[in-house]
Amino acid sequence: MAKLTKEEVKHVANLARLAITEEEAEKFAEQLGKITDFAEQLNELDTTNVEPTTHVLPLVNVMREDVAAEGLARDVMMLNVKEQEDGQVKVPAIM
Amino acid sequence: MNFETVIGLEVHVELKTNSKIFSPAPAHFGAEPNTNTNVIDLGYPGVLPVLNKNVVDFAMRAALALNMEIEQETKFDRKNYFYPDNPKAYQISQFDKPIGKNGWIDIEVDGYTKRIGITRLHMEEDAGKLSHAGNHSLVDFNRQGTPLVEIVSEPDIRTPNEAYAYLEKLKSIIQYTDVSDCKMEEGSLRCDANISIRPYGQEEFGTKTELKNLNSFNFVRRGLEHEELRQANVLLSGGVIEQETRRFDEKTGKTILMRVKEGTDDYRYFPEPDLVRLSIDDAWVERVRASIPELPDARKARYEKELDLTPYDAAVLVINKDISNFFDGMVAAGADAKLSANWLMGDVSAYLNAEQKELKDTALTPENLAGMVKLISDGTISSKIGKKVFTELVENGGDAAKIVKDKGMVQISDPEVIRGFVTTVLDNDAKSVEDFKGGKDRALKALLGQIMKASKGQANPQLTNDILLEEINKR
Amino acid sequence: MTLFERSAKELQADIKAGNLTIADLTKEAYARVAKLDGDVQAFLALNEEKATAQAADMDKVPFAERGPLFGLPIGVKDNIVTEGLETTCASKILEGFMPIYDATVVKKLREAGMVTIGKLNMDEFAMGSSNENSYYKTTKNPWNLNHVPGGSSGASAAAVAAGEVPFSLGSDTGGSIRQPAAYCGVVGMKPTYGRVSRFGLVAFASSLDQIGPITRNVEDNALLLEAIAGLDVNDSTSADVEVPSYAAALTGDVKGLRIAVPKEFLGEGVGEAARQSVLEALEVLKGLGATVEEVSLPHSKYALAAYYILSSSEASSNLSRFDGIRYGFRAENATNLMELYKETRAQGFGDEVKRRIMLGTYSLSAGTYDAYYKKAQQARTLIKADYDKVFENFDVIIGPTAPTAAFKIGENVDDPMTMYANDILTIPMNLAGVPAISIPCGFENGLPLGLQIIGKYFDEATIYRVAHAFEQATEFHQQVPQIWEGK
Repeated sequence: MAKLTKEEVKHVANLARLAITEEEAEKFAEQLGKITDFAEQLNELDTTNVEPTTHVLPLVNVMREDVAAEGLARDVMMLNVKEQEDGQVKVPAIM
Repeated sequence: MNFETVIGLEVHVELKTNSKIFSPAPAHFGAEPNTNTNVIDLGYPGVLPVLNKNVVDFAMRAALALNMEIEQETKFDRKNYFYPDNPKAYQISQFDKPIGKNGWIDIEVDGYTKRIGITRLHMEEDAGKLSHAGNHSLVDFNRQGTPLVEIVSEPDIRTPNEAYAYLEKLKSIIQYTDVSDCKMEEGSLRCDANISIRPYGQEEFGTKTELKNLNSFNFVRRGLEHEELRQANVLLSGGVIEQETRRFDEKTGKTILMRVKEGTDDYRYFPEPDLVRLSIDDAWVERVRASIPELPDARKARYEKELDLTPYDAAVLVINKDISNFFDGMVAAGADAKLSANWLMGDVSAYLNAEQKELKDTALTPENLAGMVKLISDGTISSKIGKKVFTELVENGGDAAKIVKDKGMVQISDPEVIRGFVTTVLDNDAKSVEDFKGGKDRALKALLGQIMKASKGQANPQLTNDILLEEINKR
Repeated sequence: MTLFERSAKELQADIKAGNLTIADLTKEAYARVAKLDGDVQAFLALNEEKATAQAADMDKVPFAERGPLFGLPIGVKDNIVTEGLETTCASKILEGFMPIYDATVVKKLREAGMVTIGKLNMDEFAMGSSNENSYYKTTKNPWNLNHVPGGSSGASAAAVAAGEVPFSLGSDTGGSIRQPAAYCGVVGMKPTYGRVSRFGLVAFASSLDQIGPITRNVEDNALLLEAIAGLDVNDSTSADVEVPSYAAALTGDVKGLRIAVPKEFLGEGVGEAARQSVLEALEVLKGLGATVEEVSLPHSKYALAAYYILSSSEASSNLSRFDGIRYGFRAENATNLMELYKETRAQGFGDEVKRRIMLGTYSLSAGTYDAYYKKAQQARTLIKADYDKVFENFDVIIGPTAPTAAFKIGENVDDPMTMYANDILTIPMNLAGVPAISIPCGFENGLPLGLQIIGKYFDEATIYRVAHAFEQATEFHQQVPQIWEGK
């Protein structure tokens, strides 16, 4: 695990859909590098045959019955939508 | 150089549950835009998913019907990607532990039978629907959260025809299990195809392209046909195949480049922390297995063995579950199996095709059509009259026997009545009698026509023929 | 002084005796906010009109139909959604966001008859331990306005400490209830993971987040947890474990209680005042009949690294939904979709949030997943096992809540690692999922210190029993900041 490069930070920012300036990329590379360096200490741990923990509680098979409830009224559904047209949510062109 | 084609298919099937996979909003097609959503579907801050039990049952039913093993300790994962129809910017799916694995189906194509492996079947949520309108796009979130299973085949398919047969068979099996309508036109069955070619004898696969926008099984076949040619042309002219996504253009029948794939997409899968593990015990698996109805292969075998249908007829009948169930209904109502099969594959299919209808859109019932078939079998009406009765039944329904009686269509089988028609015609057409005696066999046909006309088509054709010969020979 | 120096029990007695109405209490809350919040800066949104109307109606309800919290005012952390009351998570990206549903805990507050006074400031999306990471304002520590109240539920603790409201809800992902409770000298409980529904809590790290109560005394805290705890069909990770009467657990009896003190909690990095206050607290509990033994939680030192990877990974995914399309801030003049995404998120999120989103995105990437995310999950397994082992022989684990009292505003912000170190005493409990409380146990330079009591899974009752016994034997909880009386 090497230190994060500026290019890696830009790649990650793109994956996370965050616009980022050159200066920011530099700053974040340094800060994230510190954190990932710190995370290196986990390598001291012998985790052979250690199961990863996703949940601390031993819960299984939590399900609901297949019963439908009415959907939201369109105006409620649209309450926080900034741009809309003909009952649909508007977004800029994909390309 | 000769190339071998390698095809793998990814099929998405929407499950017909009442509610969505992780929210109680209604999961049905055709509602007004953005009226079948709730805060969970919209990915509102703070919402959490809760799994619909029926989805697990349905997915298992489909997996078992496809001869798959059930992953009894399984889970859901998040697949992260940004898109306007994907409100949370992650899709809840299954990554490394799909609920079904290692299955297969047998297909029959171009006179041979082949087993196609199925790698995996997993549960996931559908996305909303994005439509493009000039310089912007519009999103309808109704479909968001509709339960899906994705079924991924092994790269066992070698020709576009095999791909077509695989899809037909897969659809047929899923329809039999009653977990989906599998309507491509409504998007409840969707297919993407991966295709590559390689020189015969070469072991490693060629670079594959992915075909999208395949809106019918026919387009899948045509798209693959075009793509195998295109790839061969590229290679033969010294080019290389790029790993890319291509769209099938229905108008030109060609595939068109959508985007070149740069490396693999990084979806950053990780276990969905908002849902807990699924632990499926044997009893649950068996309970689902017991709920699976008779599947097409079993039904086909039964038709051949118990009803004495030809393998061809049996195969055609079982493809469509509705037709096959209808056929079973007719047989149960006492109709002759062979004759019922002929009617369903003949006049009924022709009618449905011509009218672009499904059986349920007509006035036909297994009972009323069986009634008509029985009247033909016992000689009450001729096949020709049958067609008239059918026209009445398919449009207006009713009881075949009553229609026949009310409209005076009963077949005349009394030899003496028929003999009356025969002698009258023979008396009036001495010329034809003469011709027949002179060796012109065709004259007999002309006479028969006149007799049938005189009886308004109701004379029993076989009997009439016999009596005609008898009478003409007397002269 | 204020009415809110009284406990819930005392307030109910006053109401029943006819000396006080629910309308009076609501009025008092808004009067305190008007008087003090200019300094404390705890509230982001106020619910005055609705709360006042609700209070007037509630005064008509017969006493027989009222529970122990009926009519009492409460403030709610701004990452808990409240229908019709703006909820921002202290982020620009949710500016003006109007929830169209209530969190399960908000429904439960209503069922208990509590009156929501308003929404409380926090570090943006609960990422931080000082409240300096709020887009809107920096909440101050009522004990010294130059100091931070802690975080991320800083304003939830500060509002209670300042006597603006007697109750508040916070959320705790890595110490976000306990650390501000310690800094502000109030009682803050992080319940067992799964004890309180997360439905309607805007997710930071789904496998770590828990909502919990912040109050001025242990009994009030127990009453509030009882009101909000329990299975919720809308939260698959909420547990189907019966909620006992926590108030009934407050017997004052800790005879024979086995207390474990991990040597890691009193070692390097823990300030002298904090260490001393814990040692004195242990003497108090010993005097009440408890036994104390030193233990080790050997994997504690890995908790911080594991926490930052796991919480950031989950956060990177949880916060992806903020894209300007369905709600919240939307960047203007974006000409295509990619620009809309990137500009909305770049302008909408603060630096700390961006940093964690990027760390999480990086940890989950194909090339790094096994080395980071999976490794951290395995470390989590080992950390949890440490706790399981200690709890085989002990009833509670005790240590300091934070290494020092509240630091000065602006003191730590430049160095993320220093800020993170502040969380080291509180993070392992979130990774293990066990419940833990912070109660006042001393002062350092006039600023409060917190005692942390950690319990077994779903055994909040024992924690409350110990906390209550300590509280009744000491006077820390009776002290109030000077600001209490106004400037």
